[in-house]
Amino acid sequence: MRVTVKLFATFRNNRFEIEDRECPEGTMVGEIVDGLGISRHELGIILVNSRHVSVEHALSEGDTLALFPLVGGG
Amino acid sequence: MDKILRIDMGAQGGPKMTTEPVGEYLGLGGRATTSLIVNKEVHPLAHPLGAENKLVISPGMLSGSTGAMTGRLSVGCKSPLTGTIKESNAGGQAAQVLARLGYAAIILEGKPEGDELYKIFINKDGVKISVDNSLKLLDNYPLVEKLRGEYGDKPAYVTIGSAGERQLLAASIACTDPELRPTRHCGRGGVGAVMGSKKVKAIILDDSGLKHRTPVNPEKYRDANRKFVEGLRKHPVTGEGLPAYGTNVLTNVLNEAGGYPTYNFKTGVFPNGAKISGEAQAELEVKRGGSATHGCHRGCVIQCSGIFNDAEGNYVTKQPEYETVWSHGGNCGIDDLDVIARLDYMDDNIGVDTIEMGATIGVAMDAGLAEFGDGAAAIRLVEEVAKGTPLGRILGCGAEITGKVFGVEKVPVVKGQAIPAYDPRPIQGIGVTYATSTQGADHTAGYAIATNILKVGGDVDPLKTEGQVALSRDLQIATAAIDSTGMCLFIAFAIMDQPETFQALLDMLNAFYGTNLTGDDVVALGKKVLSAERDFNKRAGFTAQHDRLPRFFYTDPIAPHNQTFSVSDEEMDQVFNW
Repeated sequence: MRVTVKLFATFRNNRFEIEDRECPEGTMVGEIVDGLGISRHELGIILVNSRHVSVEHALSEGDTLALFPLVGGG
Repeated sequence: MDKILRIDMGAQGGPKMTTEPVGEYLGLGGRATTSLIVNKEVHPLAHPLGAENKLVISPGMLSGSTGAMTGRLSVGCKSPLTGTIKESNAGGQAAQVLARLGYAAIILEGKPEGDELYKIFINKDGVKISVDNSLKLLDNYPLVEKLRGEYGDKPAYVTIGSAGERQLLAASIACTDPELRPTRHCGRGGVGAVMGSKKVKAIILDDSGLKHRTPVNPEKYRDANRKFVEGLRKHPVTGEGLPAYGTNVLTNVLNEAGGYPTYNFKTGVFPNGAKISGEAQAELEVKRGGSATHGCHRGCVIQCSGIFNDAEGNYVTKQPEYETVWSHGGNCGIDDLDVIARLDYMDDNIGVDTIEMGATIGVAMDAGLAEFGDGAAAIRLVEEVAKGTPLGRILGCGAEITGKVFGVEKVPVVKGQAIPAYDPRPIQGIGVTYATSTQGADHTAGYAIATNILKVGGDVDPLKTEGQVALSRDLQIATAAIDSTGMCLFIAFAIMDQPETFQALLDMLNAFYGTNLTGDDVVALGKKVLSAERDFNKRAGFTAQHDRLPRFFYTDPIAPHNQTFSVSDEEMDQVFNW
């Protein structure tokens, strides 16, 4: 299946901003994160199709996964 | 901070000043001082621009010390924008300097007759109030430039631009940053109009010859401050994200989460959001020889600001904050950082709140005064405000007035103050804060975004109503306390996640004042401040029915989550039930 992965803030350093990738059915968010060399404790916000999910979330065809480190502002 | 300077601007024969002991406000500061004084001394039914209103300016409890992050200045009054009590705070140098001068508060009261315009100079030798009509209708940048010619580069300048003089309801009070740029604004609620009504154009604060305020226990204070700074440096938000990208790192976050109000709150995603994101902004700033990392006051270790230059490398403005980039950007369909930076400069110069101004342009675009996405038209509209034309005066009075004048139904305000950069339909928690805050719609009053969206300091589902009232209550209490300390609110990201950093803050307060405050005492302080503010608002005529969002948030779902705001009225009425 195809999913779109978007990276933000420091996660982009030496990686990419946006990438479409092919991955096996049922791939979990955590597997993508591990494959990117991002350690799980650095994760701040994980969104799939604009909804917060955990690393245990199984992705589906056409999903957009957005990964942010812990960030703040206001 | 053992004295209060009271100036009756309306006294017979010219302004009359008195200095009085700090009395019952001893050991307080910032929002606690301004709100307690306003609640006690201002008639709740006073006209906000009349002689009965007072403008109270107060540094925080720890301002003027060697402590990090202690540079917030609070300004309080009855708000001409909302009709409620108001506390608006800003960074910059003024709080530190005012505190070192020994003042717990400056109270401007009364109202002069006639057209004379005043400036107030304060240094270690005393206070001098003088007429200076040569400053009339100068905007903040040329105003500070002119004043520097007379008073030099040492002081902190607290000023109003033409908007404040014209008593426009979105008018701000500007404070200069370490480089003497008037970029840090007490923006919300029209506090600049109240200063304008008192005919005070500038307050010049000079602490030459004065030292930092001394803690009761200097060694303990130094140790606690060191631990506090360590805590800020090691937290990813205050140590990494904010310094690198500033607050505008939130554009991509809110846009990806579907909570980014776009085209005057019509949808939750701005298709061109990435073009105006914090990541894009920081890259552009560095490329043009500006900076993506800058502190608004000496002693700031977070450094969330920056310097925005044009393509030729010339200074345009400080790094526009997330809410400014939103209000003038996605909210107006504008995806050009240069246009947004220009508007940020114009707002700072004229002296208007960037949130109110951008939200107003969004409403004006809905009314057909300009097309969404037309940056040149947005600039022209703000130029009207600068010129003080009839249209400009309407726009400069904010979103609610503009919506009424031009017949717009969906106007994003609570108690007359514009809703900022987070849609309350997909982020229910912030809707509770907007509706119930004593200040009108204000994200900082109880920043539920942290737990709803950013997952800092806890995790509450933004799309559900469960837990939002308790969350907003706790945040509003904590914020009222932090706003009293003089600390920048961004310390909250670290102290919510790291108990030892919260303890370091308590240790700083205790070492400074020789007290034994606990977390419970901080909560009690926050409740005391909120109770005073609620008391004022109640006596000013505000009821539970004012603690609601505009109806369209309850009736019109917004994409992509297709939700409405659904916290019940009964739950909302429990926010202050502690």
